[in-house]
Amino acid sequence: MTSPNPAPARKLTPLLEARDVTMKFGGVTAVDHVDLVLNEVELRCLIGPNGAGKSTFFKMLTGQLRPSGGSIRFRGNEIGGAHPHEIARRGVGIKTQIPNLFDGLSVRENVFIAAARRKSVARATAIVDEALERLHLTDIAGREVGRLAHGQRQWVELATVLAQEPELILLDEPAAGMTKVEVERTAQLILEINRTHAVVVVEHDMQFIRRIAKVVTVFNQGKILVEDHVDRVLADERVRNVYLGNSISA
Amino acid sequence: MTSHSLGRFLDQYRGAGSFLSVCLLLILVMFGLPLFVSTFGLLQVTILAVMSIFALSQGFVWGFAGIMSFGQAGFLGLGAYAYAVAVINYGDSTLAVPISIILSMLFAAVMGYFMFYGRISDAYVGVITLTVSVILFQLINSTSGSQYRIGVVELGGFNGIPAIPPLNLIGDPSRPLDQTGIWYATMGGLLLVYGLLRFILMSRFGRVVVAIRENETRAQLIGYDPRLFKLLAFVTGAGIAGLAGCLYVNWAGYISPGVFALTMSAQAIIFVLVGGLGTLLGPILGAVLIQWLINTIGDQGAVDPGLGLGIILVAFVLLFPKGIVPLVRAAIQQVLTWRKRNVGSPLLADADPLQSGAE
Repeated sequence: MTSPNPAPARKLTPLLEARDVTMKFGGVTAVDHVDLVLNEVELRCLIGPNGAGKSTFFKMLTGQLRPSGGSIRFRGNEIGGAHPHEIARRGVGIKTQIPNLFDGLSVRENVFIAAARRKSVARATAIVDEALERLHLTDIAGREVGRLAHGQRQWVELATVLAQEPELILLDEPAAGMTKVEVERTAQLILEINRTHAVVVVEHDMQFIRRIAKVVTVFNQGKILVEDHVDRVLADERVRNVYLGNSISA
Repeated sequence: MTSHSLGRFLDQYRGAGSFLSVCLLLILVMFGLPLFVSTFGLLQVTILAVMSIFALSQGFVWGFAGIMSFGQAGFLGLGAYAYAVAVINYGDSTLAVPISIILSMLFAAVMGYFMFYGRISDAYVGVITLTVSVILFQLINSTSGSQYRIGVVELGGFNGIPAIPPLNLIGDPSRPLDQTGIWYATMGGLLLVYGLLRFILMSRFGRVVVAIRENETRAQLIGYDPRLFKLLAFVTGAGIAGLAGCLYVNWAGYISPGVFALTMSAQAIIFVLVGGLGTLLGPILGAVLIQWLINTIGDQGAVDPGLGLGIILVAFVLLFPKGIVPLVRAAIQQVLTWRKRNVGSPLLADADPLQSGAE
């Protein structure tokens, strides 16, 4: 596509643009020619049955996997196949499905390491204090992360991602292993973050999706099945068949 | 000041306190010992200090950077041979000391580049470092004959290089150090290395190195390049081992391929295991204790030192897998929390015993 005037075209450049992204493991195609466009400050939910390719797709976005084909552009720059640290430096933060944390270090140190890259110690400390406060972690700031409960670990990882000050935040099952109160708090937090940041959430908890979602993309067998407003997606016959069964009507 | 920031302050203070007390202890030993011990006695203790530096190199690379180097003796040997060749050729130790350190670092940089940028898995890093140290041993071992010479120095194969001049005052080869002088130089080196490592671990670089040990994936996802941090840590450790090698030659007065031997690498690992992985004081204590034991057992001749070492290793792995320093530290914490519970000291209420990294 050619644009005669570059100025408005730049304004229209989406935050994230995946085209034809494919991932093959041997003979298995985990992600099959997926197109996904995400705009600035958008909140997108990805749902789909286990093995639909959501986490694999996330791993390509963060550079943990190199796509077999297709292109991934972040603000117009190709990031497909780049090293994870390079993509992170461009402003992509991820909370992984199984929390990746510095287990032997304290909560504060975990968040500090994330905040400290290319910032002064004073600035980093301020970011850490704010992130801990925001996620109600101040009281356990000195605790060793490896000894925390799963829900707490999820929040420490979320604090780590926030402290990194990314432009795009990817959350892989952020509410897993949390109590009802914690899930509600997480939902509020995601909506709050979304006021200033683009967020992509992978979740299985439908209550949670209903609580936060606007546009939902449904993955199935490595392809995008539907992409639409949450109400229409959850009412969609095909979606019920592949993923939700009858639980949707509950 | 809130109780929370007070807790943080106390933690930092405690860390600084233990650092200063270790430094003070080392300085005390450094200047106190020559007053009470004969020159021969000093010679015996100097090797303990040399081994402590060597142990610190292993302790940093393995305990803090999480790199399983099985071949730290390779860098010890390189440093030793580099010093020997340089000091004989130049007739002056002023340049020989930095050469011994830098050569080890350069060698580690090349080796580390292939290992870390080549994405070699942790287990294979162990295999490669071990193999390289064995290759170096074999290489130096087979240099008998006058055709193997660097400058005026014949490498001497299995017999090594005899009559290596000791350190001299900087820029003045006519004033070599005596046994006491070498003791001061060695202890000075130990202090320097300990201080340097403490400084590195407090710095952001060191904190990221430790974080990468804990979870490489997370470090990457935050934006750090683990390959670079591991390489720098590995090179730092090699430089320290090189310095230990240089001081080893000064202690011994000659050098043979034995410094490259597997037993040397194994000793460093045992020093760290016994003293405590992930601490700086541990490797020093481990080195002093084990080396002293080896010397004592060797003198008596009743038991083979290698056998004794093996028994100690097995006993520690089974009974105190964390090593001496963490064991003692945990015991002190236990007493403190016990007292806190009984006395209810408000000062310690926030100083969490689980706070790691404070030594």
